[in-house]
Amino acid sequence: MSDRRERITRAEVEHVARLARLALTPDEVDALTAELATILDHAASVSALDTDGVPPTAHPLPLVNVFRPDEPRPGLDRAEVLAAAPAAEDGRFRVPRVLGEAP
Amino acid sequence: MTAQDWETVVGLEVHVELSTASKLFCGCANEFGGEPNTNVCPVCLGLPGSLPVLNERAVEYALRVAEALHLEVPPVSVFARKNYFYPDMPKNYQTSQYDMPITVHGWLDVDGARIGITRAHLEEDTGKTLHVGGGGRIHDADHALVDYNRAGVPLLEIVSEPDIRSAEQAKRYVEELRATLLAIQVSDVKMEEGSLRIDANVSVRPAGSDGLGTRCEIKNLNSLRSLVKAIEHEARRQVTAIEFGDAIVQETRHWDEQRGRTVAGRSKEEAHDYRYFPEPDLVPVAPTPDMREHVRRTLPELPAARRRRLVEAWGIRDDDARVLVATPGLADYAEKAVAALAGGTPREVVNWVRQEVLAYLNETGLSPSVLAPEMLAELVGLVAAGTISRNQAKDVLDESLREERWPRDIVEARGLAQVSDAGELAAVVASVLDEHRGVVEEYRGGDDKARKKKRGFLMGELMKRLQGKGNPQVLNRLLDEQLG
Repeated sequence: MSDRRERITRAEVEHVARLARLALTPDEVDALTAELATILDHAASVSALDTDGVPPTAHPLPLVNVFRPDEPRPGLDRAEVLAAAPAAEDGRFRVPRVLGEAP
Repeated sequence: MTAQDWETVVGLEVHVELSTASKLFCGCANEFGGEPNTNVCPVCLGLPGSLPVLNERAVEYALRVAEALHLEVPPVSVFARKNYFYPDMPKNYQTSQYDMPITVHGWLDVDGARIGITRAHLEEDTGKTLHVGGGGRIHDADHALVDYNRAGVPLLEIVSEPDIRSAEQAKRYVEELRATLLAIQVSDVKMEEGSLRIDANVSVRPAGSDGLGTRCEIKNLNSLRSLVKAIEHEARRQVTAIEFGDAIVQETRHWDEQRGRTVAGRSKEEAHDYRYFPEPDLVPVAPTPDMREHVRRTLPELPAARRRRLVEAWGIRDDDARVLVATPGLADYAEKAVAALAGGTPREVVNWVRQEVLAYLNETGLSPSVLAPEMLAELVGLVAAGTISRNQAKDVLDESLREERWPRDIVEARGLAQVSDAGELAAVVASVLDEHRGVVEEYRGGDDKARKKKRGFLMGELMKRLQGKGNPQVLNRLLDEQLG
């Protein structure tokens, strides 16, 4: 087994945490760096298998082409939907101001 | 170096909303302009426990596009989650396709140039975000309001190769693409309603070089006019920067229509890391030979082929054919009118369609499909038979379009029918000339200028006598004969 510290760096953990919008304390980053390294080690043992000639599997089910006919159905009641949201205004979901443009 | 030494290189990403009845992964209605959040359900709201099921027609439409754009259809394609945090998708990811799209490697011919198409993949559209306060500026807004009616509407993202060499060619590519998508009936391609949206990747390079310069992606191009202006501006900006010794930074830029320039958005360093992974809730799509054969059998004539056919069959100009084919329903209308012709030529039909009919449609916003092509055919016949003049026909057509009346009925009601019978008119000409013998003498002895004047006077007298209903061509011929 290789050195766990090389599996993932603190900087990478911080980056992934930012992408997932998680605010981690330095202690948490330390702990997660070690835990994620263990998980990656496990994945690495799978990587060690010879998979030449095995097609990539996007899905475990032996199924393709599960379709729905193009038939519209009524949606949910708007009042009910918006009642479940933290805030609503003018028939829309109200969210905090957005920084930056849509991706 | 001068500006001539630089070449513009453009690749376009065109997002097309497919005109299915329901959304891509749920049964909510796919409609534009509904009351906010009235077409939403647990799937498109991303509620826990809900599962997406793929709309069969969206797949069929993607396969139609594959046929029209000569795209290959790989045996298997899969959906992937594109992860990002933005309130326009309530799930915090957009279901799209990544490394296994439904179609790849095609092309579209534009004025003789072959523009490569890298891929066209299926994905879901996002919701609409309204920024409130701060004068509509995102950064100064107080809060945002979101409508998820559009979230989950099927989109096909059509990505071109960087094969486009000018703003004008980019516009022509989009026009041809729109006409094609319209013909195969997969989208209404209305840019003003956001059914077709464009991002442009623009770079410049020294003319004659094969390499690619650093590109910038311009977003927010909502019209063909913006597309042209934004590409022109962006290419100039990059050339100026390079000539001043600055490096181009790969970044997303936004077209600011008011100020007529592109402004920097995210740079690559802040670019999102989408962490795509295969969507576990959807099984792969494997288009069968039956599905593809069905699409091939039902594919309508494509615009380029239709233009060629109309130009050859009707003897019209390329430009005429282009207008007919590019306007939804207009070529169908013209073809039905031509089929109903009892007199006159297809070219005359096309002239009326391009001028009066198109002006009427633009004015009213109506679709050609609500007009009666047989009425136009009758009008063309009346002009060809000399029953009415072209000038009279304009008024008659106007009334026919507005009131949905047959031209022949209008002509009768207004008492417009021209007198074209040569025998009848010859008698009138003889009588008028006899009455104005002096003028006839002056005509015969006069110079060109005098002749023109006298002839005009005599024509006026003739029309007065005939209450304006004499066929001018026949009268002119008779005047030539009788004046000698």
